[in-house]
Amino acid sequence: MRTKTPILFLIPALSLICLIVIYPIMDTIYLSFLTPEGEFAGLRNYAEVLNSKEMLDLSRFPKTYPPWGILIHNAIWIALHLPLSLFLGLVLAVALREVKGSSIVKSMIFIGMVTPMVVGGWMVRFMFDKDIGIVNLLMRTLGLRWLADKTWTVWPELSLLATILGSVWMWTGFSMVIYSAALATIPKEYYEAAEIDGASALQKFFYITLPLLRPATLTIVVMTVLYELKIFDIIFVATRGGPGGSSNVLALEMYFRAFRYFRMNEAAVIAVLLTLLTLIPAIYIVRTAVRR
Amino acid sequence: MRFTKASVLKALLTLGAWVLALLWISPFLGIIMVSVRPVREVLHGWWVLRPFTFTWENFVNAWTGQLGTYPLYVGIRNSLIIATFSTILPLTVGALAAYAFARFSFPIKNLLFLTITLLMAMPPQVVAIPLFLLMSRLRLVNTYLGLVLVHSAWGTPWIILFLRNYFMTLPKELEEAARIDGASDFEVFCDIVLPLCKPALLSIVALQFTWVWNDFFFALILMMHPEKYVATQCLAFMKGEYHVPWGLISAGSVITMAFPIMLFFLLQKYYVRGMVGWLVRG
Repeated sequence: MRTKTPILFLIPALSLICLIVIYPIMDTIYLSFLTPEGEFAGLRNYAEVLNSKEMLDLSRFPKTYPPWGILIHNAIWIALHLPLSLFLGLVLAVALREVKGSSIVKSMIFIGMVTPMVVGGWMVRFMFDKDIGIVNLLMRTLGLRWLADKTWTVWPELSLLATILGSVWMWTGFSMVIYSAALATIPKEYYEAAEIDGASALQKFFYITLPLLRPATLTIVVMTVLYELKIFDIIFVATRGGPGGSSNVLALEMYFRAFRYFRMNEAAVIAVLLTLLTLIPAIYIVRTAVRR
Repeated sequence: MRFTKASVLKALLTLGAWVLALLWISPFLGIIMVSVRPVREVLHGWWVLRPFTFTWENFVNAWTGQLGTYPLYVGIRNSLIIATFSTILPLTVGALAAYAFARFSFPIKNLLFLTITLLMAMPPQVVAIPLFLLMSRLRLVNTYLGLVLVHSAWGTPWIILFLRNYFMTLPKELEEAARIDGASDFEVFCDIVLPLCKPALLSIVALQFTWVWNDFFFALILMMHPEKYVATQCLAFMKGEYHVPWGLISAGSVITMAFPIMLFFLLQKYYVRGMVGWLVRG
């Protein structure tokens, strides 16, 4: 009698997941190996998609401005967005630790994480607008007229950068909160002992704080890379991947091919490629979950 | 009061932090400024404060859609319905499954758990096409039920993981005592375990509701009828013919953001715990 219980407890969740997550994943993989007529295509779809200029345009990268191909755009997202949000989150968490009323400041910064990314997309347009953008105002004050006098989201030179910077602004609250939580677990005695030994503030940071933040850093890296790979809403609203594909990324290209051009098999290929990329950070999550 | 070097430094740090925080949220202040003023006043920057006329006009227009945009009240209504049910359903099925993982042993338990964990990382795009076809066949496109099922299935894996870890921290003795008194597994779960889990359940409510409310992709592929658009869709498609209608967009953004932000400030402790709890061990 006891043995039947786990099955009864599991059935609702598992049937939901099987129908709406597992079966569609399998079907997408299957679709990616078919021709539009439904015949087996082997790896031909993959070869075609990977060889297209939309995916990787080495005639433009790195000689001239984007579009460089969505694979490169996604890579640039990680290369710029990851270090920026890690660094800003760490600086904020460390600086705010000693500050009066820091929890209110932290909440204000964290609002970006609670806000819909669709709003975030409009925010990007809003912040980088030539007339009403606050970043453009800043650039004008600094005398950088060529950056101040254009709306960043409609210029191929700047659209990718604008979406990335806007997203850093939204996402930094995440790394700050995780770092703050990790900082709170470091015992005060470590610092007191270091002070008795005459350690400077910098030494304390590099020899105590930073090494003890390693697990938190790993967590933030994994979650942030997943977020960057899946980025969709903010770009959809801010630029629609444009102009001329200059801020396009994998998730957006998949949507366009499937639901605008109805090229389902190519779209399935891009979805599978995106999934393979997310598996790299995902394996870390699985390892953490299992070690418990 | 004495001014030591340390106290001056601390005061400067505090001041700096507050300035930074204000700078950080200045785009939000900007959106609010634009939303409550006529567009002609903010054409050269919302920071220009003279003249300053207060108006509800943008909010009224965004809410009713009388300038030809999708009316936001429809989106907010749909989002409320969908987010509410998409929180209750996965919480129920996820809690049951999490209890099975935490307290029972059964064949392929580890493999199953691994798979469920892995699903948390999947991009929504990998299910999009078959899901759309499936929902079309079931006649669930443009229905609340269809989108609720999708969000529920998508949210269940992390809820299972989160609650399993929480259940494992609870002492077993209470449950065992209840079983000796003749309670069934289901009674133990409902009467003993769930009441102990209020903080964890609140964390899930806060996070899952926010994620569903903020979602755009699933709604985009499953809700094609404007009557069924959710709030994020109404907002994303708020476009003028020749120019960006900043008044409408800023008012619409403020309304759409208000719900998750209010929930966040209401359940802040649980929100952060839910986000941090299952990520940072220790």
